[in-house]
Amino acid sequence: MEDLIVLDRLTKTYRLGNETIRALDGISLTIRRGEFVCIIGPSGSGKSTLMNMIGLLDTPTSGSYRLDGEEVSRLPDSRLADIRNRKIGFIFQQFNLLPKLTAFENVELPLIYRGVPGRERRRMAMEALEKVGLGDRRHHRPGQLSGGQQQRVAIARALAGNPPILLADEPTGSLDTRTGGEVMQLIRELNEEGHTIVLITHDLSIASRARRIVHIRDGRLAEESGVPAG
Amino acid sequence: MIFQSVKMAFKSILANKMRSLLTMLGIIIGVASVIALVAIGQGTTRRVTEQVQGLGSNLLTVNIAGRGPSTSLDYGQAMRLADVEGVDLAAPVVSQNATVKFGGTSENVNVTGTNRDFLGVRRYEMAEGRFIGDVDLTFRHRVAVLGAETAASLFGDESPLGQTVTINGNRFKVVGVLAAKGESSAGSSDEIVIIPITTGERMFRTGGVRTIYLTVENEREASVVRGRVEQELAGMFRGNTNSYRVFSQQELLETVSSVSDSLALMLGGIAAISLVVGGIGIMNIMLVSVTERTREIGVRKAIGAKRRHILLQFLIEAVVLSGLGGLFGIGAGIGAALGAKRAAGMDVVFSTDIMLLAFGFSMAIGIVFGLFPANKAARLNPIEALRFE
Repeated sequence: MEDLIVLDRLTKTYRLGNETIRALDGISLTIRRGEFVCIIGPSGSGKSTLMNMIGLLDTPTSGSYRLDGEEVSRLPDSRLADIRNRKIGFIFQQFNLLPKLTAFENVELPLIYRGVPGRERRRMAMEALEKVGLGDRRHHRPGQLSGGQQQRVAIARALAGNPPILLADEPTGSLDTRTGGEVMQLIRELNEEGHTIVLITHDLSIASRARRIVHIRDGRLAEESGVPAG
Repeated sequence: MIFQSVKMAFKSILANKMRSLLTMLGIIIGVASVIALVAIGQGTTRRVTEQVQGLGSNLLTVNIAGRGPSTSLDYGQAMRLADVEGVDLAAPVVSQNATVKFGGTSENVNVTGTNRDFLGVRRYEMAEGRFIGDVDLTFRHRVAVLGAETAASLFGDESPLGQTVTINGNRFKVVGVLAAKGESSAGSSDEIVIIPITTGERMFRTGGVRTIYLTVENEREASVVRGRVEQELAGMFRGNTNSYRVFSQQELLETVSSVSDSLALMLGGIAAISLVVGGIGIMNIMLVSVTERTREIGVRKAIGAKRRHILLQFLIEAVVLSGLGGLFGIGAGIGAALGAKRAAGMDVVFSTDIMLLAFGFSMAIGIVFGLFPANKAARLNPIEALRFE
């Protein structure tokens, strides 16, 4: 299996007044295509910063990040937006659907930014919605859907452009145990179909569903029950 | 992408109907007032211009202001202007308001003493009978020609021809009636009684001719002829140039158009101010909207929207708002102008140029005042935007 994400001594520091805070302190991590990796850590451990870094929403102070064979740690904004659009599907704790758009329009959005022509775009969006079992709810707005359904629409949006990585940040954090379980089941199925999953959580019971668990504490990584896929 | 953004902009405008309407109000009022005021202004200008042109653009009017023998002219002297090179017709006028009676009815009208050229100079036509002739002047005949309205109010449906009216107690025989001409800026030109000027001079005991209407043979030489007339007058009054004044229709038209030009400039200024105020309103609401939608912007950026996508989205929203305001404003302006036409009988002229200009200007306002909020949205940091509650 080829390496999809290679982080090498990644460091991120912030200045807070006179103090320098090391949010990430020399992180090295390799994730291969098809893996299901869970990054677990308490709040303030730097896991959100790590997620932003992997998701290309933030750039490191030092170190390197190779994504799908391309060095991405020193790229301009518009190039990063482009890579995010093609390579990363975000799944947020708060779903982050646009409330005035229908489920279908929400799923279509990343394809619009990619510039996919109309007919092809509609086909891809519909396919993604059907994959999460919500093809019949395409004209509903997020407000008319349950939490679990909203998260599934959000997953469909992440899937629509067929990105190699799905980046999920506490995907079950706003759901009850049962619907949370359903969403986790869906994520596992997607992994079995070949999607690479990076999941960030502070919840061990969620993390235990992953094949590989990485602990983060004070900006440093410690690998635990790693059974690398392959 | 652009089509999607326009669709999105309409969606977000429709989602907040009340707010959008209030935002557009500044632009609507600005554009509507320009459209309405310009329509009324141009209507008035057109009416005045038509009236002035109706008198003939080859007309010169000489007003005699002076009194006393050295500063006034009698009919004979006035007619020397008819011999000036280039002058075609010359109609000196003495006039006074007088009571005209027929049977039991009496009217207070303008009684004008003049000669036969008056008919052509003022572009009257005869309805029946004849006009004042040279012979009437020579023998100071007591004959009168009635304006259409005066004839109607004194005689009703009867024919006045051959009847006798009294003017200030003097008996005059009616020899003709003028055809109706309509209103003019100087009052009705159909309420008039015309008598021979020589008869008038004796009856009114005026100190000479007050007004002389001259027509020019060739319109294009009007200013040259006017110079000659002024020279002749200067000779007559021995250089006392304050005693007379010569007006040409051209001059009047120029005055009218310069007044309407400065009016248009003023309207433009008012419009620009109100549109700028409207633009500030749009900027204000767009800034609020950017703050409200910070999270949305964060999501859009996370899933791959570039700066220019966000910039374009908010800019299009501002332009759609201001453009829509412009359209509503044009509608409201047309409505207001038509209302003024119906209620106050004003003339209105709608100009497509002004409408296009107002619409274009309101769109431009959207771009100018939308740029700052849109740029603010585009520069948001996606991480902070996503964290925004």
